[in-house]
Amino acid sequence: MDTHKEAFKEEAHELLSELETALLELERTPSDPEIIGRVFRAMHTIKGSGAMFGFDRVAAFTHDVETVYDRVRNGKITVTKPLIDLTLSACDEILKMIDDTGQGEAQDQSITDRITKSFRDMLLAPKTPSAAETDAETDTAQAVVDAPEAPAMNGREVTYRIRFCPEPGLFSSGTNPVLLLNELRDLGTCDILANTDGIPFLSDVDPEVCYTAWDIILTTTRDENAIRDVFIFVEDACELNIAVIDDGRQTEAASDYKKLGQILVERGDLNAGALKTVLDDRKRIGSLLVDSGLVSNDQVQAALAEQQHIREKRLKRQTVESTASIRVPAEKLDSLVNMVGELVTVQSRLSQISARFNDLSLIQVAEEVERLTAELRDNTMSIRMLPIGATFSRFERLVRDLSTELGKEIVLNTEGAETELDKTVIEKLNDPLIHIIRNSIDHGIEKPEVRKAAGKPAQGTVHLCAEHSGANVFIRISDDGAGLDTEAIRAKAVEKGLIASDAVLSEKEIFSLTLMPGFSMAKTITNVSGRGVGMDVVKKGIDALQGSIEMASRKGAGTTITLKLPLTMAIIDGLLVQIDDVRYIMPLAAIEECVELTRDDVSRAHGKHMASIRGEIVPYIRLREMFTHGGSAPAIEQIVTARLDGSRVGFVVDQVVGQHQTVIKSMSRMYRDIEHVSGATILGDGNVALILDLAKLAQHAEAREKQDRSEQESATPHRTRTGSQKK
Amino acid sequence: MSKVIMTVDDSASVRQMVSFTLRDAGYDVVEAVDGQDALAKVDNQALNMVITDLNMPNLDGIGLIRALRSLPSCKFIPIVMLTTESQVEKKQEGKAAGATGWIVKPFKPEQLIAVVKKVLG
Repeated sequence: MDTHKEAFKEEAHELLSELETALLELERTPSDPEIIGRVFRAMHTIKGSGAMFGFDRVAAFTHDVETVYDRVRNGKITVTKPLIDLTLSACDEILKMIDDTGQGEAQDQSITDRITKSFRDMLLAPKTPSAAETDAETDTAQAVVDAPEAPAMNGREVTYRIRFCPEPGLFSSGTNPVLLLNELRDLGTCDILANTDGIPFLSDVDPEVCYTAWDIILTTTRDENAIRDVFIFVEDACELNIAVIDDGRQTEAASDYKKLGQILVERGDLNAGALKTVLDDRKRIGSLLVDSGLVSNDQVQAALAEQQHIREKRLKRQTVESTASIRVPAEKLDSLVNMVGELVTVQSRLSQISARFNDLSLIQVAEEVERLTAELRDNTMSIRMLPIGATFSRFERLVRDLSTELGKEIVLNTEGAETELDKTVIEKLNDPLIHIIRNSIDHGIEKPEVRKAAGKPAQGTVHLCAEHSGANVFIRISDDGAGLDTEAIRAKAVEKGLIASDAVLSEKEIFSLTLMPGFSMAKTITNVSGRGVGMDVVKKGIDALQGSIEMASRKGAGTTITLKLPLTMAIIDGLLVQIDDVRYIMPLAAIEECVELTRDDVSRAHGKHMASIRGEIVPYIRLREMFTHGGSAPAIEQIVTARLDGSRVGFVVDQVVGQHQTVIKSMSRMYRDIEHVSGATILGDGNVALILDLAKLAQHAEAREKQDRSEQESATPHRTRTGSQKK
Repeated sequence: MSKVIMTVDDSASVRQMVSFTLRDAGYDVVEAVDGQDALAKVDNQALNMVITDLNMPNLDGIGLIRALRSLPSCKFIPIVMLTTESQVEKKQEGKAAGATGWIVKPFKPEQLIAVVKKVLG
């Protein structure tokens, strides 16, 4: 803020000298509106900016001068020599105030008071500006400001009915009603219904006009002012009605909220007499009212939504103490998931058959089944989801015990404990996490005295954080310890024979060395770690979960390990591809894009398995060759590119069929040794497709490539060992 | 891509403070010293929002808002004006010209960001 202050001071000096010149000019030509405007603007800027950068006295003092000049501008006060004199002395005072802020009371208060008084006297002659008006203005401004901190109403939830009918010209003021509605959503539980009655036929629609009105039922702990503040900028460009419909106290008669007709009458959409005549009939009240044209369908829907909203709220209040969950044996869940899996398979078969018969009634049923199955699948999956918090809290004890044992002071922070993951994923995550945390405590965080010497707080921190991102969950374990020493890792890896002594490795590649079997940085083997079983176990565990590990570290500042895990393992989104007439599934998560590969492309690459995709050279693997399919490839093949361990690899197939909901079936034990296939699935037509493990495929191809090359030129040592696709 | 906001003010210190605050919050900022300058710069860049002072030489805030609203590219973008409490009529005039909202000077950085979030989403 201080640099801003300095900038203001500098600016104020300029403005004041400009003001002086203007005033002197004004004395010569007292009625020139251009010069009066300049004087007013200068005063205005000094006042506005002054208040903003903490020069409150300047702002208050200039305020009176500005008000006088506003009147001069409007022709209500004429410029006279005494006015110019007074203004010039005011300029001097302002200058003093600005330069004086450090010293405090050095300034003579009486002079400023005298000047202020003179200016005020000038204003008294005509009518003074309405104080009430100015005050009201400041209040609204304050309302916007204070809105976020508005006092909660003792945490009591009140339900409001809000009707927001914007004027047709709303858009031309640059207002986006969606943002207003979103802001309401942030206040609490919200049911929003658009009233589309006002929308004319398409041919009459003017896209720049807002035809829609909204009925909003909002349950919030905030008061009505908070709601009004949302609409503060559109207050006079809309019709806004806010009414309390449930004050959060009644809990009895949970489902017995007002009748639909009563709500409509209350809202003024319908009068009571008309309601009564209609009520004599026996059909459902809502459709009756619509049929008789008294209210529109949208209005009825909005009223119904209100009824529903309140019923749910009251019901929830009532059942809060009663049991919110039931316990079910895990096997039952597993078998449910299995059955849903079967159902998904059958459903896709049904869809395929219905598409072939092209019979409308069959297609209808098939689509219904598809929708229901998708819902059922999502629901079942969500049942299996557990918050990771329970696992997190187990580690607190671990951290406490280990740090005492090692004589270190360490606290564990957790974040995102509510993040949900598939039950099986959580179970298998436990061991890898223990390893990583142990490593952090043993190798990462230094002893208190070492930390103090390095200028860090004696107490070290391990931070455990989980968050959702798309179909993945990221788990981050970071410590503020010593960090990884790339040189030391390198030296160790050379000593262990994991890499050649002249290998060129990126920082990322060096970190990934620590994940290799048998690698340990511990100089002595302790109880806690150092046996070289650790990170490679972690890697195996995470791989088995279809996840990946990333490490980042800065020497002296700490290490962060990020685990990326799929939300669920039972059903994945897959890409169905075809080679000859055999189909395979690739997990969609790792896939980036599909591009064509023509014979020309192949011949241009001179027999190298490389393709240039958007300016990047991407090595590819011909699955046709790898799986020794006979026959010949089509003229145009497809490259499916995937990002594996940070580098791009392409997989060439004949044809990309499309996205496929893949229910993973494990393979029989017979096929356990086939590494590059992670499972199988049953396709809609009953055929089996193998699910490919892209990472293993890439490793396999790389190993083979190396083998080929070393056979060819056995004299040259290979340069890198891990992760590289650079051939 | 981050959103672009133009700040129009003849006071360098206010411009500096506004720009600094907005950049800090991850927006891109274009500065203009008055209405005329703003209009000249509008063509160079797609703007997502304009924050303008009202009292400026050459072309004042009200004039600028009117001019911007007549441009197809700025017809529907949020335009927020900076006013002082003494400018009640000005505020009305600004709204009539097509301003989306206003911020009352003096304001704190957080208030500026709150208003930007409100109208820009």
